Amino acid sequence: MEQKQATSLTDILNRHESEILNDWLTLQHDAATRRADLISDADLNRQSKDFLSAFRQGVASGRLDDIMTPAWERTREIVADFTRARARMGFTPSETAIFVFSLKQPLFRVLNTNGHLEEELWNISTVLDKLGLYSGEMYQKSREEVIRQQQQELLELSTPVVKLWEGILALPLIGTLDSERTQIVMENLLQSIVGTGAAIAIIDITGVPTVDTLVAQHLLKTVAAARLMGAECIISGIRPQIAATIVHLGVELNTVATKATLADAFALALKRTGQSIQRGRPNPA
Amino acid sequence: MERIPILKMGEFLLVTIQVDMHDRLAMTLQEDLTERIVSARAHGVLIDISSLDVVDSFIGRMLGHIAAMSRILDAETVVVGMRPAVAITLVELGLALPGIRTALNVEKGMDLLRRAQEQDSWEPGDSRHVPAQD
Repeated sequence: MEQKQATSLTDILNRHESEILNDWLTLQHDAATRRADLISDADLNRQSKDFLSAFRQGVASGRLDDIMTPAWERTREIVADFTRARARMGFTPSETAIFVFSLKQPLFRVLNTNGHLEEELWNISTVLDKLGLYSGEMYQKSREEVIRQQQQELLELSTPVVKLWEGILALPLIGTLDSERTQIVMENLLQSIVGTGAAIAIIDITGVPTVDTLVAQHLLKTVAAARLMGAECIISGIRPQIAATIVHLGVELNTVATKATLADAFALALKRTGQSIQRGRPNPA
Repeated sequence: MERIPILKMGEFLLVTIQVDMHDRLAMTLQEDLTERIVSARAHGVLIDISSLDVVDSFIGRMLGHIAAMSRILDAETVVVGMRPAVAITLVELGLALPGIRTALNVEKGMDLLRRAQEQDSWEPGDSRHVPAQD
């Protein structure tokens, strides 16, 4: 029974494909949700044509009850592709999902004129609803991907390691230190120590808003790891309030040299590596 | 039986650990090294662990023991070439090896030992580098 019904649906789709496509395209062009500023006519036409032909194959399989079957794989792929593309381009979820739902009207029109009623309409409607919801899920997923990617980029951006001088590295920290960032800071710093052969690393915490016991512990961990690699650390940029907090909390920073400003730390680093900078005669350009 | 070679370079001893350290090998190394320090009258020991991917708590403790024993025999120990991943693991394990001096590579470790000898004024408990010129 189902097989027969699917065949008749397939027949109709085969016979009227170009008619449905034209009808659909006109509809999409005239729709209020059309974003002519974001997607060109050619792209929209191509997407619609691909989707309709994949949809026809899916219907031909007769599995109208389940769009997760292999017969619908190509349709799912197309939906996932255009959803991802639209999410990146800045479409809203409704503007994305309406692409699938808008196919209903032309399809129903054709089915109606061919005398097919309720049951087929219902079946085709369910399938399109499922595909529309699938598009919604994909939209969500691709947005989450974007967020994850940005988080990653933010993490990398926020932990630069700068070479100040021969054998001296600086690590200006900005923002709070949590376990995950400490891990990345540590890895970056140790990699740079290996890469440059630096003997001293200055960790500047001017941009760290608060230092609690946890942050202090993370700092000390970084210092200990650098020491194991054979490099010494100096912590600089300690503001008066932070110094007070550290003492009130009872955090022991005795094992590491601390300086108020990066300049002081740099001077100490130069001294320890046996280097010095001399004031020369000003050289007008 | 498998043994880790101990090379004499001037007044220092160089131990390059290239195989995975199992516990038995570590014990043998401890014995060999202490005997060699005495027989060679060495004043410094360099332990190169740059080819070790994994340093567990046992090896970490063994390095600490070697450093302590050598110090009693008047030889300073420098662990050189620790990999970043190994350093992070040790710190996370809570093994910061406070009694051991460290250097980035053999060359820098050798420099460190020479300077320590020239000054001859380092405190045994001091884990930090000796300042170049103060």
